[in-house]
Amino acid sequence: MLRIEQETYDAIVAHARRDHPDEACGVVAGPEGSDRPERFVPMVNAAGSPTFYEFDPMDLLRLYQDMDARGEEPVVVYHSHTATEAYPSRTDIGLAMEPDAHYVLVSTRDGGNSAGPVEFRSYRIVDGAVTEEAVEIVPHTTRNDESRSQD
Amino acid sequence: MAVEVRIPTILRTYTDGQKAVSGEGATLSEVIEDLESNHPGLKDRLVEVKDGDHGTGDLRRFVNVYVNDEDVRFTGGLATSLSDGDQVVVLPAVAGGAR
Repeated sequence: MLRIEQETYDAIVAHARRDHPDEACGVVAGPEGSDRPERFVPMVNAAGSPTFYEFDPMDLLRLYQDMDARGEEPVVVYHSHTATEAYPSRTDIGLAMEPDAHYVLVSTRDGGNSAGPVEFRSYRIVDGAVTEEAVEIVPHTTRNDESRSQD
Repeated sequence: MAVEVRIPTILRTYTDGQKAVSGEGATLSEVIEDLESNHPGLKDRLVEVKDGDHGTGDLRRFVNVYVNDEDVRFTGGLATSLSDGDQVVVLPAVAGGAR
C-alpha cells in the first residue's frame, strides 16, 4: 500500500489540476529503502501533451544526481490522465522502469482545472504486470515509528 | 580508456546489483560492447538494432545516456568518444501517458 501525507497528496492533485488539459508529472522522493514519500518534486512535462508525458533528459539527470546526493530514491512516480481513467495505459506499463516505485495516477477528466475530488490511484508496475494497491492518506508520516514502515 | 558506468536500478540484475561498473573503450559503442562481454544482455537493453543499419544500431528511444553530464544525443550518440576517467550515466526515461 501507499501511505502518503495529506500535504503531498494535495500538491500532486493541484499540479494535475493546474496543468490540465496537458498531463502533469513528477516524483516524490524519500530515503532509500524507507518507502516514505517525503520530498515532492514536480517535473516539467517536456512533451507538453494531453496524451503523453516525459521528463526532460537534463532535468532527469539533475533529479537523479540530486536524489543520489541525498541518499534518496523515487518512492512515488506520478502523472495525470486528463481524458481517461486513472489506470496505467499500455504505454505507461511498457515504459515503467522503476520496479520499487509506487506509480500514482490522477485523472482530471472530471472537473478539469477546477477544484474538487479526483481519481487518485496507486500501482506497482513490475515486468509489465500491474498491481493496484490501497492508498492511505495520513496527516504526517511517522518518521521514527519503524514498526509501521514495513507494510 | 577506463570509464565508470552508472547503472540504473532496473538494469542491476545484469550487474549483480552493482550501481556502477567499469568499462573499456574509446567510444560509447566500444564501452557498451565491453560491458556486454562481462554483463550479457545489457547491450540489448540500451541499443536497438534495426534492419538496414548494418548491425551498429542506435540508442533506444527511452534510454538516456550521459557522458560527464552531457546527453550523448548531442555529442554523437554511440560514436561519442570517451577519455580515461569519464563518467557515463545510464537513466531510463520517465515517460508514459494515456495515448
